[in-house]
Amino acid sequence: MVMTAAKTVDAAEIEKFSRMSADWWDPSGPFRPLHRLNPVRLTYIKDRVAEHFGRDGRSIAPFGGLTALDIGCGGGLVAEPLARLGASVTAVDADAVAIAAARLHAAGREIEVDYRVGSSDDLAAAGSQFDVVLALEIIEHVADRDEFLAALGSLVAPGGLLILSTLNRTLKSLVLGIGVAEHLLRWVEPGTHDWRRFVKPSELARGLRVIDFAVADLTGLVFDPLKNEFHLAADDVGVNYFMSATRLS
Amino acid sequence: MSLRRFDVAIVGGGIAGTTFAAILGGAGLTVALIERQPPAALKGSAYDGRTTAITFGSRKVLEAAGLWADLAPHACPIDDIRVADDASPLFLHFDSREVGDDPLGSIVENRLIRKSLYKRISATATVTQIAPATVASLDTSGSLARLTLADGREIAADIVVGADGRDSFVRAAAGIETIGWAYMQHAIVTIMGHELPHDNVAVENFLPAGPFAMLPMTDASDGTHRSSIVWTDHMDAVPLYMKLDLPAFEAELQSRAGEWLGRVWEIGPRFTYPLQLRHAKRYIAPRVALIADAAHVIHPIAGQGLNLGMRDIALLSELLVDRRRTGLDLGDPMLLKRYEDARRMDNIAFSATTDILDRLFSNDIPPIKLARRMGLGAVNRVPFLRRFFMRRAMGAAGALSRLGRGERL
Repeated sequence: MVMTAAKTVDAAEIEKFSRMSADWWDPSGPFRPLHRLNPVRLTYIKDRVAEHFGRDGRSIAPFGGLTALDIGCGGGLVAEPLARLGASVTAVDADAVAIAAARLHAAGREIEVDYRVGSSDDLAAAGSQFDVVLALEIIEHVADRDEFLAALGSLVAPGGLLILSTLNRTLKSLVLGIGVAEHLLRWVEPGTHDWRRFVKPSELARGLRVIDFAVADLTGLVFDPLKNEFHLAADDVGVNYFMSATRLS
Repeated sequence: MSLRRFDVAIVGGGIAGTTFAAILGGAGLTVALIERQPPAALKGSAYDGRTTAITFGSRKVLEAAGLWADLAPHACPIDDIRVADDASPLFLHFDSREVGDDPLGSIVENRLIRKSLYKRISATATVTQIAPATVASLDTSGSLARLTLADGREIAADIVVGADGRDSFVRAAAGIETIGWAYMQHAIVTIMGHELPHDNVAVENFLPAGPFAMLPMTDASDGTHRSSIVWTDHMDAVPLYMKLDLPAFEAELQSRAGEWLGRVWEIGPRFTYPLQLRHAKRYIAPRVALIADAAHVIHPIAGQGLNLGMRDIALLSELLVDRRRTGLDLGDPMLLKRYEDARRMDNIAFSATTDILDRLFSNDIPPIKLARRMGLGAVNRVPFLRRFFMRRAMGAAGALSRLGRGERL
């Protein structure tokens, strides 16, 4: 199931991938909001992983010896930094074009990431397991949440850490997440999100308990329009939030 | 040829570039330090006559980087600065006790700073010294910056930092222009021995042709009292002074130094350099940042050149180390913008101040002479103004970086 597209496609396709790659990685391009978000996301991930595995967050390669899986990796905006922090990273996305773009970019920066076209189901069926599993801004898009969580859970090695991020189902997220982010600011295409699929932290925690995981942390992610930047907030999970959970058995 | 990958490539192994390398390398970042001269010259046991006034703020940066302990025994504290105008012996008096127990700054020989830095980076596994080596080209079009050396070796890094001085190759290669002008003055620099101790007092004597500064140094190993001389004079006169024989030069020194140090003599060596003000129009380009003299060269009147560089270093190293700890690309345009915005204001303010000071003092026009005396007198009479100037010159005000505040990275 490992994608070989990059080797078999023609020149026009490669040019398309390289344009896509440039798009994905241009901080002022179409993925600008993700670039704004990225330092905060990585700070959260690094702090949780360092805490869980007893690593020094001030060192530059705290994830040495750990395996990590990024589900729905897109152009590799999170996968590459994780590899640079020392983890052996596998990253999957159903979008073959995004994966080709991600491969091209990682090669240009001499960073090793095992990019694959596919889904968490494929990896779960193959019996793969990882110390850290990330599913960032994914769960609000899946059709069957319980099935997805079960597949995720089986991918986490015993003693490992699962980190999710998603949007809460509140009036605030309807206004800010859909109204402002999609329609007013056009950060993402209108219609990207379906508010009814947003997940309350309590629902996510319940789903995690079912698959025998213990919630270790819940932190909000808040956009400050005055500073034009995101920051973490322990007490405001009204729109975006992160949840970390550890595998019990 | 083989390509080597680093987090940061620094071009220029002078004091600024090496300090920057030591701080980044100490935090774990992989650094290539590229220098034209062989490492022996960097180690700098040979005396070149130059000294640096390390302000209190710069000392904090060096302390936090673990570099100060080595230098402290050779650093002569400045407890008092006396600013004098030609005709009148004492106008302005800055006493460090007014702003706390710390000295206003310290005078250290450049060769000792280089020696200590060289020792430090040689013991830092993450810093790779590439010297002697000349950079032939810089390519920032890809997702990494690439440097090709004259011998064909290639280096790739997230970001290239130009610490290569007033005639910076990196600055030119990145297409960054400069603005500025040369002063009609040149500086004569030498070391002066003197009969009486200086009591850790620095004197800046404003003469019509330019300021004459006596900066206190530690005694030589044989107990000789020493001061570093920065003598600024008209560019036409400087070559004549440079050619004077020892007795004639010492007579000139004595007439400028006055009698407070007793008999004075030249230890040397004597050398000269032209003065200029030059400011890069940008401090940044894609995957490129300029620090220290590559970004700004100012009049040495207030002894602030390297200290401004230290403030560049403190801020840029903080931004890069924080970014590296998230695993993200160090060549981030927003990071570079933050560096430029914060440092430009500070550096331009200093460039303007030193330029105005020089223009104000380097002339003999009676009304200006009167005004500057009244100005100095006013500053001296108003304690809070005096403390403001002292804090500013100490580099203690406006410490925007963690290192500048003496915190760890």
